Amino acid sequence: MARYDSLLDACGGTPLVGLPRLSPVVPEGAPPVRLWAKLEDRNPTGSVKDRAALFMVRSAEEAGRLRPGDTILEPTSGNTGISLAMVAKLRGYRLVCVMPENVSTERVQLLRMYGAEIIFSPAAGGSNQAVATAKQISAEHPDWVMLFQYGNEANARAHYETTGPELLRDLPSITHFVAGLGTTGTLMGTGRYLREKVESIDIVAAEPRYGELVYGLRNIDEGYVPELYDATVLTRRFSVGTRDAVLRTRQLVEVEGLFVGFSTGAVLHAALAMAHEAVKAGRRADVAFVVADAGWKYLSTGAYGGTLADAEEALEGQLWA
Amino acid sequence: MAIEVRIPTILRSYTGGAKVVEGGGDTLSELLSDLDSRHSGLRGRLVTEEGGLHRFVNVYVNDEDVRFLGALDTKLSDGDTVTILPAVAGGAFGFAAAAAMLGNRL
Repeated sequence: MARYDSLLDACGGTPLVGLPRLSPVVPEGAPPVRLWAKLEDRNPTGSVKDRAALFMVRSAEEAGRLRPGDTILEPTSGNTGISLAMVAKLRGYRLVCVMPENVSTERVQLLRMYGAEIIFSPAAGGSNQAVATAKQISAEHPDWVMLFQYGNEANARAHYETTGPELLRDLPSITHFVAGLGTTGTLMGTGRYLREKVESIDIVAAEPRYGELVYGLRNIDEGYVPELYDATVLTRRFSVGTRDAVLRTRQLVEVEGLFVGFSTGAVLHAALAMAHEAVKAGRRADVAFVVADAGWKYLSTGAYGGTLADAEEALEGQLWA
Repeated sequence: MAIEVRIPTILRSYTGGAKVVEGGGDTLSELLSDLDSRHSGLRGRLVTEEGGLHRFVNVYVNDEDVRFLGALDTKLSDGDTVTILPAVAGGAFGFAAAAAMLGNRL
């Protein structure tokens, strides 16, 4: 069935596609090791965040926290804002996004197009400046509703109820699930579901490692771990640098024709590490990873062309995931 | 050969501004003690009084989080690269701003 009553009903149900050219070659007679991409860019606004946005808004409506005409305030560096803007438009809310000014111009254009209002926080101030900006806005508008994706259980539940079951249905032989770590919602929800259903499955996190500018903290105690994060759901966690993320992003389009954003490159880097470990150990593996979004929003970075060093420089100081 | 340790900006006051330092040890705990002998105070910023890794510190050996490898008992070999990062990766802005709006202490 590929007919839906509205755009919101078309959320989820994304394709899982095999990557036969990128999957490592195994010695003759050895069990197969296969890579699978879950194409979350095929959601209504083009990213995995549509699932969380829809669940968070519905959950707030059911709890009576959101009423028609209300204003939603959300700090977001991009995709969640775009998803919320679409959902807010269709459900009758106003959306205000607070975001750093060092995100790609496409994201800003998209948000405005979907009807969101944007308040920028200076990039140079790092997260300290963002904190100041956020505090100010929050104090000025106490009636605005913040869904707070980093601590909203509906974010993780979206993946527990949809992404996880879809993966198991399409790939019952799954051995590894790999996704990016931001709010941690995708990994917590999907990871919990799959761990309940698949014995000894690996739940692997790939975390983008940004340039120095992004870590604008004065000291360690200013760090932050999202409330949703539960380390016991994960079995492995990798930090992936900009260069590796760009390399894998290019490899995906060159070898498999899959045009993805840089965070997916980071995820593929970890997925390939899992695949190669399995080959070395002579174990069967079906490694599924999340394509969080496509590459369109990142073209203006210039990081899809030129040398890897150029690309790394182009992305320095940007939130590319 | 030794173990290369990448130091985040906020901890470089302990390394005289150095971005990368070298150290030795068979485990992460030994490495941190070795580093502390030359960069006094560094270990105390990473390890709590109870002897665990500080909540807001992530340490990676060859890009893998040590919390999934044995934490401070993680085995090290010459040629390994250890990266220390504050726990804000994956959207530093959003985390900080969101926490601030909710009135959480950062």
